Amino acid sequence: MSEISESRELPIRRPVSLLAIRPLAGILLRQLYLYRRSLPRWMEIFYWPLLDLLVWGFLTLYLKQGTVHMAGTAQALLGGLLLWDMLYRSQQGISVVFLEEIWSRNLYNMMVAPVTPFHIIFGAMLTGILKVSLSSGVAVFLAWSLFSYSLFSLGLSLVPFVLGLVVMGWALGIMTTALILRFGQEAEVLAWGVIFLFQPVSAVFNPVSVLPAGFRQVAFFVPASHVFEGMRAVLSGKGFPWHDLGWAFLIDAVYFAGALYLFHRVLERARRTGFSLKLGS
Amino acid sequence: MGDGEGLVARNLVKRFSGNRPPAVDGISLSVSRGEVLSIVGPNGAGKSTLIQMLLGLLVPDSGSIRLFGVDVTRHRRKIAHRINYASTDLSLPYSLTVRENLDVFALVYDLPDPRRAVDRILETFSLVPLARIRVGKLSTGQIARLGIAKALLSSPDILFLDEPTATLDPEAAQEIRILLQEHVRHSCLGLVYTSHNMREVERLSDRILLIESGKMVAEGTADELCRKFESSDLESVFLKSMSEARQHRNGSEHDEKGSGCE
Repeated sequence: MSEISESRELPIRRPVSLLAIRPLAGILLRQLYLYRRSLPRWMEIFYWPLLDLLVWGFLTLYLKQGTVHMAGTAQALLGGLLLWDMLYRSQQGISVVFLEEIWSRNLYNMMVAPVTPFHIIFGAMLTGILKVSLSSGVAVFLAWSLFSYSLFSLGLSLVPFVLGLVVMGWALGIMTTALILRFGQEAEVLAWGVIFLFQPVSAVFNPVSVLPAGFRQVAFFVPASHVFEGMRAVLSGKGFPWHDLGWAFLIDAVYFAGALYLFHRVLERARRTGFSLKLGS
Repeated sequence: MGDGEGLVARNLVKRFSGNRPPAVDGISLSVSRGEVLSIVGPNGAGKSTLIQMLLGLLVPDSGSIRLFGVDVTRHRRKIAHRINYASTDLSLPYSLTVRENLDVFALVYDLPDPRRAVDRILETFSLVPLARIRVGKLSTGQIARLGIAKALLSSPDILFLDEPTATLDPEAAQEIRILLQEHVRHSCLGLVYTSHNMREVERLSDRILLIESGKMVAEGTADELCRKFESSDLESVFLKSMSEARQHRNGSEHDEKGSGCE
């Protein structure tokens, strides 16, 4: 009896008010805890505005030069956009294949299977080729039907341009995947954002000559910048850009070899330190 | 048992950090085809580390693992098609149907007649009515059953199962146990098994390996362990053996500290 009377004396908690501050603080605190331990999340806050500013800032510099032939520039912009999308899709092709396995908690099943991780990479490359063909096919058709722009106006040089960009995309995709396997899902943002780090120095929409000196030096070591310079050369009637493509493929080879080496090192490390079963769960 | 007959691991040691005790410390074990070995221990005892090493996915600091005479650490690819693994920590892609998932693994394992192999395993695991259903729509028990079906699809000689019935209700767990026992009996499957369900371990295992803090505490059949620890069932054996192991470990640490003071 005394217990009952005691329990009756306990204060009755009221329902949480719509204007209550503490639940809001709880939700904010949950995000702050997340950001306190996550460098990639902090980077993301500053990353996109900075990259957008650089890409559009360099384009503005180019247009301000006053020497720009508008019709040719419009062609170069659309061509650049379509080719850039191929680079982006091929990088995504690799990274997303791995992420899909991580999200579905299936990666470990694949590691146990009698295939090497390199089988998975080459399988992802094939998937990437299919995705690039489909998405770019649609984009090229729409550019032609809506804006009367044909990417095929680049002629035969289109083939090595695409190849140069796809190989760079593969290399970045493999590197990103290696970082995700090494650092876990914290590094997942790289899968979506790493390619855009290269955009300001890829000279997609403006010539390399517009870039400040430091950026020009970095651009030299980015295969895409040589491809896009080559594209502009073709569009301005300067013939087949052997020189640009030569550099693009040479640097591509270095990127690709470096990416495979990094991936191999990450797997070797995982064999020593353990591979998380819960990666993705 | 000769090295060529199954899995033989000797003196496995794995340390992840220099200032912490090893996760696995000097464990030896063997499993032959048609035999069930259960690895039992509390959480963090080193079971998953041990299994990762036996699967060849984690390199031991010292010791050797031979599977059918092949060094697993160095030549995993040579025997990877003869082993398989399932765990409740893993799943299969939710957006694929049961059949599609099994089709993928039949190709990944390079099975000679993938379609027939998938048909057979669907039948064996009573998954035919679920074949066209996406994994995301299955119950936890059905996903666990599919995980084991995937693991047996390649007809492995040695199967590693990490707590396969942990999330299942008693009826679903019993179904899985019966299927596994049938495979062990008819296909001469060697089974390495971890579970916290002592009744299950008792029913399923030919031999049981008790480990605590990475070290082997005892090994034997359920009867032998019950006699050794003067207990009536395996649950009591587990509690008693773990308690003794901890006391022994704490005692050793105390002795070491004591001798240090002197």
